[in-house]
Amino acid sequence: MTDLLKSVEAPANPNIPDLRPGDVVSVHVRIKEGERERIQEFKGTVIRLRKGGQDANFTVRRVATNGIGVERTFLLRSPRLDKVVVERHSQIRRAQLYFMRALSGKQTRLKQKFN
Amino acid sequence: MLKGLIGKKIGMTQIFDDSGVAFPVTLIEAGPCYVTQVRRPESEGYSAVQLGFGETHPKRLSGGELGHLKVGNLPPMRFLREFRTKTPELTVGDVVKADVFAVGERVDVIGTSKGKGFAGGVKRYHFSGGPKTHGQSDRHRAPGSRSSGTTPGRVYKGSRGAGHMGDDRVTVQSLKVVMVDAERNLIGVHGAVPGPKGGLVMIKEARKQ
Repeated sequence: MTDLLKSVEAPANPNIPDLRPGDVVSVHVRIKEGERERIQEFKGTVIRLRKGGQDANFTVRRVATNGIGVERTFLLRSPRLDKVVVERHSQIRRAQLYFMRALSGKQTRLKQKFN
Repeated sequence: MLKGLIGKKIGMTQIFDDSGVAFPVTLIEAGPCYVTQVRRPESEGYSAVQLGFGETHPKRLSGGELGHLKVGNLPPMRFLREFRTKTPELTVGDVVKADVFAVGERVDVIGTSKGKGFAGGVKRYHFSGGPKTHGQSDRHRAPGSRSSGTTPGRVYKGSRGAGHMGDDRVTVQSLKVVMVDAERNLIGVHGAVPGPKGGLVMIKEARKQ
């Protein structure tokens, strides 16, 4: 029965690599403007990763102009996601990086992790 | 044309539409259903179609059930359900498949809700229960007073209270069909459907379109 359920669910997007909290990513989102479709980039740090099949999602935080924090949550299997590019990994010690919300400026830098 | 099916609830998941919006979907393994009997106003006094679903071993059925199916030379089936229809154009032995419904149509789905056993008023009728603090003991989920005093001196019939909950026939109206796969006998409807996974459900054309 679960096989039947799986057969109607959306497959994993091959253009999305394995993500980890702390990754600096650029998310390419398809956006429809009337008839036209374009791709918008959203670049920031992954502060949360929620696993769970069809409902798996991740939240990216970036600091926009004037120091205003912007967070966007994306569904991992959403057809709107064109691709996700991981630009760097970070050395982090917790799974949810909510503490980033309280930090600003240079404090928000995370130590890079090289694999 | 008869628009009705008997099916088995497979479970729920979430799928995306073309614009990328995710919505909840219940998958139902619907059909193939065989027409086992056609009831006509001349003979039975009303018109309906009896459908059968769920092939099983002949030993699982009683002789009477087998004999009833033997009339139309049909396989042994566990579930027989009647669907009222004004114009029964079908004949015994016809097969009704998932493609009687099309994507975008509205349907009513009838199932048997999950049994909750003997449930208290808080769970069954959303009573608010008693205060949680201020020295209360044993009153947290109590129903409160059931009636007045000397007059009327009894509890009115039909008063809500604790009792058996669930395991009832429940109809969910006007669910949108979002997926039809006649080959695999699958129907997906937008939203939830009563009953456990594997439970029997009936799908009908929506009364309120």
